[in-house]
Amino acid sequence: MPQKTAKRPAPRSSKISNHQLRWIYTQMVRIREFEEAVKRTFIEHPGVIRGHSHLGDGAEASIVGALSTRRDRDFVMPSYRCHGYPIVLGTPLRNMMAEVFGRKDGLCHGFGGSMHLADPSRYFPGTSGIIGQSIAHATGAALTAQIKNSGQIVYCFFGDGASKQGAFFESLNMAAVWKLPIIYVLENNQYQAYTHFSLEDANAAAGDALSKKAEAFSIPGATVDGTDPLAVHKVVAKAADRARAGKGPSLVETKFYRLSAHGNVITVPPLPTQFPEHEAVAVYGNRKEFEQWKSKDPIKRFRARLIKDRVLTVASATKIESAARAEVDDAVQFALASPLPAPEEALQYVYA
Amino acid sequence: MPKEIMYGDAIAAAIIEEMQRDPNVIFYGQNMAMTERDPMLKKFGKERVRIAPISETAEIGIGIGAAMTGLRPVVELWMSEFMLVAFDQVINEAPRLRYMSGGQVNVPVVLKAGYGFCAGWAGQHSNCIYHTMMGIPGLKVVVPSTPADAKGLMAAAIRDDNPVVYLHPYMLTLDKGEVPEGEYVVPIGLSDIKRAGSDVTIVAIGWMVKKALAAAERLAEEGISTEVVDPRTLAPLDITTIVNSVKKTGRVVLVDQAPRHSSAAAVIAGEIAEHAVGSVGALRMVTALDTPIPYSEPLENYVVPNEDKIIEAVKSVMAHEAVAA
Ligand SMILES: Cc1ncc(C[n+]2csc(CCOP(=O)(O)OP(=O)(O)O)c2C)c(N)n1
Ligand SMILES: [Mg+2]
Repeated sequence: MPQKTAKRPAPRSSKISNHQLRWIYTQMVRIREFEEAVKRTFIEHPGVIRGHSHLGDGAEASIVGALSTRRDRDFVMPSYRCHGYPIVLGTPLRNMMAEVFGRKDGLCHGFGGSMHLADPSRYFPGTSGIIGQSIAHATGAALTAQIKNSGQIVYCFFGDGASKQGAFFESLNMAAVWKLPIIYVLENNQYQAYTHFSLEDANAAAGDALSKKAEAFSIPGATVDGTDPLAVHKVVAKAADRARAGKGPSLVETKFYRLSAHGNVITVPPLPTQFPEHEAVAVYGNRKEFEQWKSKDPIKRFRARLIKDRVLTVASATKIESAARAEVDDAVQFALASPLPAPEEALQYVYA
Repeated sequence: MPKEIMYGDAIAAAIIEEMQRDPNVIFYGQNMAMTERDPMLKKFGKERVRIAPISETAEIGIGIGAAMTGLRPVVELWMSEFMLVAFDQVINEAPRLRYMSGGQVNVPVVLKAGYGFCAGWAGQHSNCIYHTMMGIPGLKVVVPSTPADAKGLMAAAIRDDNPVVYLHPYMLTLDKGEVPEGEYVVPIGLSDIKRAGSDVTIVAIGWMVKKALAAAERLAEEGISTEVVDPRTLAPLDITTIVNSVKKTGRVVLVDQAPRHSSAAAVIAGEIAEHAVGSVGALRMVTALDTPIPYSEPLENYVVPNEDKIIEAVKSVMAHEAVAA
């Protein structure tokens, strides 16, 4: 049975209610369960997922912490590593999983796949697989909000790697000059595919935080512990207040760690593919780094904290987790049962 | 002595051999040479082998600037679409600079990229964009279809004094074939007859050469003799070999993974129309359908050319009388 997501309480910048804390934990768990199921599918149902899939495990605190400050009609525009965000927005997991499986009942009818989820009815207009380009699209959504005076703001998520793309610099400059209502969330998961960020980022090479890039545009920049949803909430809330007040963009670097490899192994079909070991181990031989960050798993830490603070009991946490597991299992069954699209359908949707 | 190696390894062999031969050849791109254990880095050191961030405009532009001033950079771009981020550099910088300088400045840069990865990568990673580049005077475009051509054309591309876009079909990366060891250069601008035949000519590009050869094998069982011509280089295009084959067989099928109007096939059809008019009984183009590449497998299969579509096209041209040359 698809699980009904509890209605999200109205965000208040400073105080977070217990209800909202449980909501944050629930969304984090739902994301993790979804990603684990995608990963398992490569083993349990080889061939069902084609191409290249990328998971958000490790990013949950950053995603949900940021979106816990969102109001109902605000836009959300992430990168191609896009599963986590629509989960928080309430997109049915059934249709999401069906899209990842290339099925007719997929969110995009099997045309987009894992990298290109879109659910415009939930203010999630779509993603690009070309790194950095969606930063400009998100900035365009902020222009719409500004011109229509709609009160909406834009949550733009992108990777550390994307912050080296021309579109990043060009967009932030324009957003700053035009005072666009947008929050740029630079998700520093410490790897750009197989490359550690210290090998390619000028700020990192100089020992600085990546949020220093904000100085180039004279906008606020902050770096926050991206494994702690409440720390992320606090910093993003401030950026959201600024955007809503018409004062323009902010750059927030959430620093966390991608817990799975970049994606499934790239190979030529029909050779099978699945997720390899994390690059820290497979490429750099650095198991220590990987284990250290694994021990900071945002979900485990947040769970322990909520139990300690008596927001959750072990029983209520377990209940949230089994409900998420059941919801995801149902999504997988639904997606497997959904038919593949008929070949001729390929001719649809080319033009409006 | 030829040795069986994989297509991808054949490209690497050429880059290594050219780097050994000429200290001005450098090699860089994203997600390569990440640790000291990297074999290229070990061989050539971190001056000449570098890791780049996701910055295609700078990666390609820096390659052009270095080429203008004495180096011969090979830029690893991975997927041809990533070049689109920097298309000014590819189309409106690299090929123009020599001409605008009145022949004073050369730009010997190689832009290496895989293309056409029809393996469930959806709309932005599976395309064929060579058509846009093959019509740009000053830019050379090569599309090798076998491991041997992959090696020989990479060596030629690096030695060439012009900007060369080196496109390798991702679908062939793991295919094995005989590749000559040691120095091996395939001249840019020469088509290759991959299979001789007399009833019909198939002109196929890149991954489609493999499909055309498989189709030709099946057609032979039905008594149809197919000649398969591989242009190998799209710019400059060796039209003579193609026209001679077409004049011999009198029938032609052009197979291209790109959509019809952005295919090299459309350009080749125009050349055949001008140079072999009167000798061709029938011409068919087998191209991708006019859609972006969809994710789901049945959709993707429907859009992209395959053996059955080639065979159907060959049979349809066989229904026409060949016109005697
Ligand atoms: C313009 C462009 N260049 C290269 C790539 C290949 N590529 C796909 S994902 C990726 C890494 C992106 O890293 P980052 O921005 O840090 O995001 P993350 O994957 O860590 O979420 C690269 C280089 C691409 N898709 N687009
Ligand atoms: Mg990253």
